[in-house]
Amino acid sequence: MTSLPAQPTPKRLGLVIDLDTCVGCHACAVNCKEWNAGGYHAPLTDFDPYGAAPDGVWFNRIHSYEAGTGADARVVNFPKSCLHCDNAPCVTVCPTGASYKRGSDGIVLVEEDKCIGCKLCSWACPYGAREFDTDAGVMKKCTLCIDRIYNENLEEVDRVPACVATCPASARHFGDLGDPNSSVSRLVADRGGYDLMPEMECAPTNKYLPVREKTTGAGATLPLEDASPEGGFLGWVDRLLSDASAA
Amino acid sequence: MHPAYSIIFFTTASGLGYGLLAVAAVFVGTGWLPPVRELGAIIILVGTVLVTAGLLSSTFHLGHPERAWRALTQFRSSWLSREGVAAVLAYVPIAGLAWGWVRLGEVAGAWLVAAWLTPVLAAVTVYCTGMIYASLKAIPRWHHPLVPWLYVMLGLATGAVGFHLVVAMFGAANFRSAGVAVAGLLAAAVLKIGYWRSIDTADPVATAETATGLGGFGNVRPLDPPHTAPNYLQKEMGYRVARKHARKLRKITLVTLFAIPLIGVALSVFAGFFLGAALAVIAGLSVVLGILIERWLFFAEAVHVVTLYYGEKAA
Repeated sequence: MTSLPAQPTPKRLGLVIDLDTCVGCHACAVNCKEWNAGGYHAPLTDFDPYGAAPDGVWFNRIHSYEAGTGADARVVNFPKSCLHCDNAPCVTVCPTGASYKRGSDGIVLVEEDKCIGCKLCSWACPYGAREFDTDAGVMKKCTLCIDRIYNENLEEVDRVPACVATCPASARHFGDLGDPNSSVSRLVADRGGYDLMPEMECAPTNKYLPVREKTTGAGATLPLEDASPEGGFLGWVDRLLSDASAA
Repeated sequence: MHPAYSIIFFTTASGLGYGLLAVAAVFVGTGWLPPVRELGAIIILVGTVLVTAGLLSSTFHLGHPERAWRALTQFRSSWLSREGVAAVLAYVPIAGLAWGWVRLGEVAGAWLVAAWLTPVLAAVTVYCTGMIYASLKAIPRWHHPLVPWLYVMLGLATGAVGFHLVVAMFGAANFRSAGVAVAGLLAAAVLKIGYWRSIDTADPVATAETATGLGGFGNVRPLDPPHTAPNYLQKEMGYRVARKHARKLRKITLVTLFAIPLIGVALSVFAGFFLGAALAVIAGLSVVLGILIERWLFFAEAVHVVTLYYGEKAA
């Protein structure tokens, strides 16, 4: 049934994404595509990859935004993937039972054999987490790398989603957001992690850590060296050479 | 939202078909229309073909039409599933009505019950169709209490115009058949205009600032897109052409869907057989054109909140 499981689920696995440290390198998106092209949802479409209009399914897309104007303006790199919402509208709209949220850990998945490809779940999702695979005729989405995080053939250190494993800036964190003492929950509490588009009332599991306040007193606010110094060795050199050229 | 032609055809054809069957069932149920077999055969054939063709066309846009039967299983949570179940159930009273009216030539007893259940299940099915769209919070212009009733009233109004047209062909049009069509069109027009007013004056539900959580710095605008070519989300949700011409298209909708059919139906009862039938045909053709434009605009005008990540300011 595509009804949602009882809340809260015992575990609420998800991601915490640090907008302050993300450098916008797209490595998470690339590693996501690489892993998932051979994983649970494999293969993923990749049409016209070197042509003028490449197209295909991605579970993770990296936007970048300008916010504000003048001295306070910021450029923010903004990765976006499935938020594995507690109140996931993509699950309840599914007419076939293909779309479901796991009662054990809260991961939202698609059972491809049941999916009729009606696309209604992609309409229901405010975040654009679901993409239609025109080749397989079914809907695809982030699995939170379910085939990595529980994979006992991998070293324990590698049992994290591909995007988290590859991030060179440690801007992506994986863990149980249902456990208030987990490292991700503490991170959210310390840094004021927030929900995207809370007015949609989806109760997303993934949280975003805000960009920190700008530090002041460094860099552009300090003046450059005075080119006409008074006194001292440099003052003497400046005076001597200035006089010499004038003479 | 990208308007898939199969969905536009499905929602308009099934709305018209259910409306036609519902109005006809009420007319024979009350005895306002004698159960003439030929008339019944044509109405039930046209109505059932429209409904069935609509339902079939809704499977054309599926990635896996052969699995469509699965869509009947999740009626506890999904309006799309509920619609499918209601549509299947609606065939039962329609078949009963057909048996009494066409086969036996009298609508009484169990067949009378079928006649009265037909409009009920027709309305339930079309209501479910409307709720598929109205239940989507991510598309604020659809997530509106009037939307399912608009679907029901437009189905009824277009069906009533269709019914008036068929009975006019049989020389059986009268003030009742015209009156139901006129009342249905007027009620649907009031709802539609009210809906447009409401969505035009509504505050945005979400903005680029709330979508990103970056509003604290000020106005948020995209710098680099995630990919160099448009992706699925932009193609499916980012349809903007019709919105640019929404004002003009709304006027065309008002004229073709409401004004011309209203005048045509109203005048047809005062005209003789041939002129009356011709006016009913004009009303019928106009209402079909009108409902197609209305439905296309309903899709094309709707802004999905995911477009906030791709440059829309508010939705």
